[in-house]
Amino acid sequence: MLGWPGYVFYFIAALGAVGGALGVVLLRNAFYSVLALVWHLVSLAALFMLLRAEFVAAAQVIVYAGAVMVLYVFVVAYVGGGEERPIGPMMRLLGPLFGLALAIELCFAFFGSALKAIGTMGAHVNVLGFGTPRHIGALFLTTYLFPFEVASLLLLVAAVGAVVLARRRRGLEPDEPLRRRLARPRPRWTGTMAEAGGVLRPLPAVEEVGPLTTAGERSTQPSAAATSPRAAAAREEGGW
Amino acid sequence: MSIGWFLAISAIIFAIGAAGVLTRRNPLVILLCLELMLNGANLALISFARMHGGEAGQVFALVVLAVAAAEVTIGLGLIVAIHRRNLPIDVDELSRLNG
Repeated sequence: MLGWPGYVFYFIAALGAVGGALGVVLLRNAFYSVLALVWHLVSLAALFMLLRAEFVAAAQVIVYAGAVMVLYVFVVAYVGGGEERPIGPMMRLLGPLFGLALAIELCFAFFGSALKAIGTMGAHVNVLGFGTPRHIGALFLTTYLFPFEVASLLLLVAAVGAVVLARRRRGLEPDEPLRRRLARPRPRWTGTMAEAGGVLRPLPAVEEVGPLTTAGERSTQPSAAATSPRAAAAREEGGW
Repeated sequence: MSIGWFLAISAIIFAIGAAGVLTRRNPLVILLCLELMLNGANLALISFARMHGGEAGQVFALVVLAVAAAEVTIGLGLIVAIHRRNLPIDVDELSRLNG
């Protein structure tokens, strides 16, 4: 494909990719595994460059090694990736055996197939135009428009799902000084939203402040939505 | 250099990832090994795209990249939720749904 410099480049990149993959599996500390995966991804991007996939290589480095791996590093630092318990002797033996069998089977599937082009350097392509963002973008916006839109929808769902999964479940801690300040009586017509809705707020006394409630309800001040006639009418009509 | 060299590397990376999913207990590392398997598949896709001389395989590889990003986001969100509940970060301990 590129003569002997291509072979040198290929062997360096392939050794880096396989070594990084082995590092991910063999290193005991999760943090080192993440760093090994970064190394693996950069080496794999070099292999993509050899296959004339410049745009995919750039996207791999930017999206994977840049963004996703930062997310991993943050989560490992948050969770605390310490040493994990070693697995039992049975899986320690069977896991690598399964991996070896899978690799041999995949090589049989590749090289035992009737694809004659596997032994060649690939079809003749225009070196200057193949794999550029222009061609990939044209394909994404014409032939593969539907997968493109589905992928963007999937990313949106994933972002919302991550926020829902990782949110705080207990709510905010009760803040006693802030609560006392909010419960302090104020003169009428000083511009609260309840007054704008036509409700004259009763003046609460500090002594009447009830027990601490964490669910967000204030026992001393009836909220605007509960008392205003407009709010009641809206509730009867089916809510806001 | 023929396409077969790249396919052999992709098979090896996929197998290493599969062995890692089986032999590790930390769900973070299991997610990393899933990434390895997806990357092996990506390398095969791009090799075949080069073999055929069309860019469709590269488009598929980019879609796989987006799917992997979504999977990582959800997986890490689950791990953070597990950590918040003070459960052990260990897939053998988290076996309540295991029939």
